[in-house]
Amino acid sequence: MAELIRHVEKSSVARAAAPLYLLLFPVPVVLFIAALVTDIAYAKSASITWLNFSEWLLAGGLVFAVLAAIVLIVEFCASRAIRAGIGWAHLVFFFAALIVELFNALIHTRDGWTAVVPTGMTLSILGTILALAAVATLFRLPVTWVAHRAVTHWEVLP
Amino acid sequence: MNARTTLAMVTCLALAACQSGHDNFDKSTQYGPDPQLPAPSRALLPGVNVSKVIGWSPGETPTVPQGFKIEAIATGLSNPRNVLALPNGDLLVVESQKNGKEPIERPKRKIMDWVEAKAHGGSGNGPSNRILLLRDTNGDGKPDAQSVLIDKLNAPFGIALVGDQLYIADTDAILRYPYKVGDTKVGGDATKVCDLPAGAINHHWTKSLAASADGSKLYVGVGSNSNILERGTSAEMNRADILEVDPRTGAFSVFAHGLRNPNGLTFYPGSDVLWTVVNERDELGPDLVPDYMTSVKRGAFYGWPYSYWGQNVDERVRPQRPDLVKAAIKPDYALSSHVAPLGLAFYTGSSFPAQFKGGAFIGEHGSWNRPERNGYKVVFIKFENGKPVGQPMDFVTDFLKGPNARGRPVGVAIDKTGALIVADDVGNTVWRVTARGASS
Repeated sequence: MAELIRHVEKSSVARAAAPLYLLLFPVPVVLFIAALVTDIAYAKSASITWLNFSEWLLAGGLVFAVLAAIVLIVEFCASRAIRAGIGWAHLVFFFAALIVELFNALIHTRDGWTAVVPTGMTLSILGTILALAAVATLFRLPVTWVAHRAVTHWEVLP
Repeated sequence: MNARTTLAMVTCLALAACQSGHDNFDKSTQYGPDPQLPAPSRALLPGVNVSKVIGWSPGETPTVPQGFKIEAIATGLSNPRNVLALPNGDLLVVESQKNGKEPIERPKRKIMDWVEAKAHGGSGNGPSNRILLLRDTNGDGKPDAQSVLIDKLNAPFGIALVGDQLYIADTDAILRYPYKVGDTKVGGDATKVCDLPAGAINHHWTKSLAASADGSKLYVGVGSNSNILERGTSAEMNRADILEVDPRTGAFSVFAHGLRNPNGLTFYPGSDVLWTVVNERDELGPDLVPDYMTSVKRGAFYGWPYSYWGQNVDERVRPQRPDLVKAAIKPDYALSSHVAPLGLAFYTGSSFPAQFKGGAFIGEHGSWNRPERNGYKVVFIKFENGKPVGQPMDFVTDFLKGPNARGRPVGVAIDKTGALIVADDVGNTVWRVTARGASS
């Protein structure tokens, strides 16, 4: 019969960083998705206000993405639990989203149509997919880590 | 060092990395009526190269060709942008600074503000937004007395004298002052002729002004509020236009449109042909779009924002306007890209050699939006039969010193003696170029 083993997260840094990360990480995801929505609105309407929205959303998204990325690196250094296989996938997806959206923000500094069509829009779609992949992998991290506690790490041993 | 400076510096480093100045385009192919137009290009970030303003050290001057002499006739000014030569030999110098900041509609605006502040740095700390009178009191041709003629203006630029009326184009209105040539004071308060497009953005704020020979009409250049309509059409009401104003009633109509930022409005001597120099659009690459000098045809459309140099469509602008593009006419003479022409004066004097007669002097404020700097000089373009011919000649140069700018030429004029007068805004100086051996 399987045995449930309880690992205590020993690192106080990891215990502090995890809830902070869970607070920060959703912000860029939401803003990047919103930027895709406003890109679509601009491509459909050619109304410049939507392009301005996209730029602010990307800029805000990047600020929070960088903050979240720093906390994630700290967590990776401190916590053994998050370094489980799926944790790496989360990190790769999130960093890929960050880099894609950074380029996207630069493309969006162009004036008018070519800020969005076709390159900006393409990068917004790609960045959103990567960010959602990061969300999916986050949910598959060890359960207690996700549950805002980051205190213990449960493993089912054979 | 504040956060904004740091951000901007990081951006510039990124630019240097993206565009390492591999610009092999031959600029000489971009002068004249039929410029070479490379394909539009835009790296991740547009190339910029902003010259830090260091001003002129004592004794330093720009360089003029052999046979000419240049000297400062007014120094320590506060952003002198334009100059009008009066028939008695007096000079009216327009000191001008735009007040207020443009709204931050997008993150990019922050960077642009910093770039513009740096490029216009050192613009004097004294009072500005006024008209100075420079007068030669000892008959040597060189002004030696200076007084304030009009004060407390709002970013004035255009200035024109019609009989006993002096017209000033503030950034938001044309004003009329009673003024007799020879006086050191205006004869009364200003009368507003008409309002001009200004508003909260007021991006291209210099309103150039010219009067028809009989004084019955005024022509005012109103620059666009954006690079290529990225602030929406409502911001461009009566902008990127030359307006024709009836000075008696203040009624105006659009004389020509699609001129992104028209300056240096001047009638060709002895004709009713209006000329202008125009600052074309940015961020299509270091060699697009050439700025130009052109005669202005009534009712004509010159492309902005939908197309450039005739029918070259600007893909950044939506919705497109194929009907307007079809009607767009090509300007007369390209000056190469991003030189920022702001001043135009035709040579009406006789103290310069004969080849200068009837030709155009153009004050090129200089680029910041291409890796290799362009402009920062006064060029001369020969005219034959009222048309520009040949390649431009560098006439007043060396405003740059290494990576820095000592000054930037703006408005130009020809004084009573036939000398060339150059307003140097960030150099806070007015220069006078005379022919050696010419009697003044």
